[in-house]
Amino acid sequence: MELVNYLGEDVFGLKKFRNFTLNFGPQHPAAHGVLRLILELTGEMVFRADPHIGLLHRGTEKLIEFKNYIQALPYFDRLDYVSMMCQEHAYSLAVESLLGCNVPYRAQVIRVMFSEITRILNHLMAVTTHAMDVGALTPFLWGFEEREKLMEFYERVSGARMHAAYIRPGGVALDLPIGMLDDIYIFISQFAYRLNEIEELLTGNRIWKERLVDIGVVTRLDALNLGFSGVMLRGSGVCWDLRKILAYECYDELDFRIPFGSNGDCYDRYLIRMEEMRQSLSIIYQCLNIMPKGFVKVDDRKISPPSRANMKFSMESLIHHFKLYSEGYNIKDGEIYTVVEAPKGEFGVYIRSDDTNKPYRCRIKAPGFLHLQSLDFMSREHMIADVVTIIGTQDIVFGEVDR
Amino acid sequence: MHLEILAYLSLNYCKYLKKNVLEATTLVNFSCYINTDLLEEFIELASYDAKIELNQLLDLFAVDYPYKKKRFEVNYVFLSIKNIFRVIFKLVLLKDQAITSIAKFYQSSNWLEREVWDMFGIFFYNHPDLRRILTDYGFEGYPLRKDFPITGFKEIRYDDERKKIVLEPIKMTQEFRYFDFATPWN
Repeated sequence: MELVNYLGEDVFGLKKFRNFTLNFGPQHPAAHGVLRLILELTGEMVFRADPHIGLLHRGTEKLIEFKNYIQALPYFDRLDYVSMMCQEHAYSLAVESLLGCNVPYRAQVIRVMFSEITRILNHLMAVTTHAMDVGALTPFLWGFEEREKLMEFYERVSGARMHAAYIRPGGVALDLPIGMLDDIYIFISQFAYRLNEIEELLTGNRIWKERLVDIGVVTRLDALNLGFSGVMLRGSGVCWDLRKILAYECYDELDFRIPFGSNGDCYDRYLIRMEEMRQSLSIIYQCLNIMPKGFVKVDDRKISPPSRANMKFSMESLIHHFKLYSEGYNIKDGEIYTVVEAPKGEFGVYIRSDDTNKPYRCRIKAPGFLHLQSLDFMSREHMIADVVTIIGTQDIVFGEVDR
Repeated sequence: MHLEILAYLSLNYCKYLKKNVLEATTLVNFSCYINTDLLEEFIELASYDAKIELNQLLDLFAVDYPYKKKRFEVNYVFLSIKNIFRVIFKLVLLKDQAITSIAKFYQSSNWLEREVWDMFGIFFYNHPDLRRILTDYGFEGYPLRKDFPITGFKEIRYDDERKKIVLEPIKMTQEFRYFDFATPWN
């Protein structure tokens, strides 16, 4: 009988063998992008995980310091490239509160509707690729068919499937095209069945449960101390959602519930993501019903551009358009820290303005950064195969982790 | 509720706060400058304080003001889940001044401090593992400082003859174009 603990020490505390170090990634398909992970193993047991990040670092924060407030917006699409509009939303809210402008009601409802479409888009990706990492390919194929429909909605409002740049400071870029709301209604009325199909495959599945239940357990206190937010925090039993707490835009008028877990394991987080998609469906449905008429951007020519038609005969509109897209607007001295509930967690934007047309400093707080930090904590004393499950449940996207 | 906590903070922690009023930026957002030398003591006390309950450290970042004597401003964003408020504690640093790591009170500060070290070169002593985090292995300089050019200093490429990756001083085929559209009339 060997009297060795998992550190490789025998009962007398003497070192018996060295840990085996494994390099996981950056080209591993289960690494969700460009994660390089140094795993120290004892047999098949993970003893330490050291994520090396930064392979997708593009210096977004530095670049934004050299762009004016309108030009900085598209960088936010490219951070977490599966939840684009939520990040634009955070940035737009930050700029709006610095400018002190109010957004028209119709624009608010459109923003909320698209935030929820984005949430479905993100969770579909998170759940189905997670399932694929664990070994179930079918939900991935079904999920991506639905994602394609959602991205068509993106395309119809903005012209781009992913990097929309649709939610802008002062409102949204364009009004909804005719017939859009009908098609969204057709989508949401069938989407719940698609969710049921995915759940039929996964929720009760023995293999799925064996891989997820009691894996990556995080207690409530640990989740708080590690700086978790979003689904990761709610999975550990903290009922905290900024949509309810801050009630930005028109969230306070909408009726939805916040699912939260009790065990803090991967399976709870999976169930929460599924339920959040259903709640998002309900929010979209309510948005369709309350969709008011009116402006989609603030009626202030110093902040939002004039309509294309106006520019053809109004000299003033032409000047405003030119000034907005060259100089932009100046924001007086100030700072703001804005947060929104992005699908992955709390997404924060800090802007320091200094009376010019460019941000003096823009700080982007990505939820994934702090989640990935806890990979070492969560995967300790788990098998190598569970590391893949844990990366999947953390819903890591490297665009936002590396920035 | 928030006023009560504000009063409590400014009364009981006046030793650590620079001004004894906390500035309210929005309804649930406060910010305050704190005493740099007493950072560790302050965070230790505040993190165990059951009245204010700073449950989470959610963000930690620096801002560079090269024209000021105290060049760096470091911001700690705390969130109280129990009392529903967010507070930003700020401190100012000289160029070469180091500060204490608070990783033993808030584990989330580990990577955040590494990032500040990487981007601004602010040293955190007693940090468990202070390495660079986002930049490349062997990177030199602190990219988010204002005196670091946006183009950088070195460029990296694969040398086909030497069969390895080489770092060379950056060569620009065209001068860096920086359009400043700010209006000259004010």
